[in-house]
Amino acid sequence: MDILVCLKQTFDTEERIVIEDGQISDDGVEFVINPYDEYAVEEAIRLRDEHGGEVTVITVGPDRAEQALRTAMAMGADKGIIVDDEDLENADEYSIARVLAAVIKDLDFDIILGGYMAIDDGSAQVGPRLAELLEIPHISTITKLTIDGESVEAEKDVEGDVEYIQSKLPILVTAQQGLNDPRYPSLPGIMKAKKKPLEQLDLDDLDLDEEDLEGKTETLEVFLPPEKEAGKILEGELDEQVKELVQRLQSEAKVI
Amino acid sequence: MDFDLTEEQRMIRKLLRDFAEGEVAPGADERDRTKVFPRDVFKKMADLNMMGLPFPEEYGGAGADSISFAIAVEELSRVCASTGISYSAHVSLGCAPLYLFGTEEQKKEYLVPLCRGETMGAFGLTEPGAGSDAGGTRTTAVKEGDEWVINGSKCFITNASYSDFLALTAVTSKEPEGPEITAFIVPTDTEGFQVIDNYIKLGLHSSNTTELVLEDVRIPHQNILGEVGHGFKQFLVTLDGGRIGIGAMAVGIAQGAYEAALQYARERTQFGQSISKFQVIQHKLADMAMNIELARNMVYKAAWLKDCGRRFTKEASICKLFASEMAMRVCDQAVQIHGGYGYMHDYRVERFFRDVKLTEIGEGTSEIQRMVIAREIGC
Ligand SMILES: Cc1cc2nc3c(=O)[nH]c(=O)nc-3n(C[C@H](O)[C@H](O)[C@H](O)COP(=O)(O)OP(=O)(O)OC[C@H]3O[C@@H](n4cnc5c(N)ncnc54)[C@H](O)[C@@H]3O)c2cc1C
Repeated sequence: MDILVCLKQTFDTEERIVIEDGQISDDGVEFVINPYDEYAVEEAIRLRDEHGGEVTVITVGPDRAEQALRTAMAMGADKGIIVDDEDLENADEYSIARVLAAVIKDLDFDIILGGYMAIDDGSAQVGPRLAELLEIPHISTITKLTIDGESVEAEKDVEGDVEYIQSKLPILVTAQQGLNDPRYPSLPGIMKAKKKPLEQLDLDDLDLDEEDLEGKTETLEVFLPPEKEAGKILEGELDEQVKELVQRLQSEAKVI
Repeated sequence: MDFDLTEEQRMIRKLLRDFAEGEVAPGADERDRTKVFPRDVFKKMADLNMMGLPFPEEYGGAGADSISFAIAVEELSRVCASTGISYSAHVSLGCAPLYLFGTEEQKKEYLVPLCRGETMGAFGLTEPGAGSDAGGTRTTAVKEGDEWVINGSKCFITNASYSDFLALTAVTSKEPEGPEITAFIVPTDTEGFQVIDNYIKLGLHSSNTTELVLEDVRIPHQNILGEVGHGFKQFLVTLDGGRIGIGAMAVGIAQGAYEAALQYARERTQFGQSISKFQVIQHKLADMAMNIELARNMVYKAAWLKDCGRRFTKEASICKLFASEMAMRVCDQAVQIHGGYGYMHDYRVERFFRDVKLTEIGEGTSEIQRMVIAREIGC
């Protein structure tokens, strides 16, 4: 089985966000595999161990994103492809999906996995867009996946409920939390990751023109959420507190 | 110069951070109270092949370097110093002498199961009458035919209750210029060998510290580690490596205490504001951050010299001494920043405060480190 995983390197979830000159600064930041993509990598390795074949991890990003691919290889992925994003201007989900589609159209695959969203931009679009471009079915936010021959069965999280969906290979699925418990990379895995094949591509290699890839969205402003202000604790007799609360909800918060 | 970790070292740090947070931290306070050795943690570490981290693959190791070893000890100690010291002793006192001085057969028989994590590594040097002055060893080994008969006792030996065998030192003959010391590999189930786990300690409650008693313990000649009479030189070399481990352990404990203090200082309000707004508290935290960074750099430097195959005796002593003394101050001030809560078990710093003292004592006290450094600089 040929298994592809699309992954993104994102800020570590514990990083503090600093804005400099209207941009999010990545100075001194720790990067990780986007946590949802980590579920995808784990599921891919399990599929490979069960059905045989190879897991290829693919990312579009700067040089440092190679680290994310190496980590996936340390977990057990067999090879990697990184597409340099230097020539991409104002790239958004549209652009990334196009680049991924161009990489994947030259590859053999039975299934493509990804996280359902990246924790940085949080748009949850790249997976479905990619499936559309490749003209294959997709199931998003899956929490269980079973493959038997050509047939695919997935459990999909829908706001707390579960949908059971059947489909066929080839397919693209995106992972929701709960799909699995990603393994730690083993030490020998880490030591050997560097020796696994990693292909580096740029837009020219893919016959892509950067003008066709320009994002369809425009960022107007980047700002941090307002600082949380201290809450107000009401005091006094219960009756008075209720009165004050109603009054504040009317005149201050203006919600009633 | 390059201050960046390599790709592997960064991945190892991330792995150890995640492993420590996910598997070691959750039970740490509980183990501290119940004094239970973290066997399950070491089982999981063995599954990830961490127990032989810096040794070659042919012996079941992972082929990583000493910097990675220091990173591993730091990350474990940051959440649980007992796990940190047990791991450090396993690698640098248990495995390293076998790797450095063992014959090929000894490596196959003893180093391989240690690297696979099938048993814990230990090293028996200290005796009731011979601590800093390890040359004052009184345990004796007398040759009878093809066997050696060992009598004596050892104290404060880490991990021995969980070791199938360990290396220990004994006097094999009394020369006019001083006793001739030899190291023996002794299976712990040999007749006449007792491992007693009976100490009541200040800290490191879930680490295993034991007394060894040897009464007519008979060991075949082939169990001599390396050569007869090499014991003294061997443990000097072994301790050089071990000091990097204790330095890393001190950095890890300090880092854990500092992070707890920083978080607490941000959250605690007195006089109508967060105590982290008081300059006095800020300066305490700034000193912690500065000292930890300096100590970590020195630990890395000593480990780097070792990885380059260069002499690192002085640097190992400097990193161990500086890291342990700064870690004592960091833990002290971390409790101080927590006020009364810092004195309570529920806040991790109380544990760190008790655990950290060992770093100024084990593998050579601070006084001994100063003697080593003085000798190295030509005093
Ligand atoms: C938790 C724990 C785990 C340990 N694990 C191990 C282990 O696995 N294997 C092992 O072999 N040992 C182990 N040890 C023993 C440890 O290495 C010794 O305790 C240490 O080396 C000090 O020896 P000592 O306790 O006999 O103190 P002493 O040597 O009696 O020292 C007492 C004091 O005198 C000072 N002093 C001694 N000589 C001099 C001098 N020449 N000049 C100035 N001051 C001096 C010392 O610095 C110290 O302050 C462990 C100890 C502890 C507490």
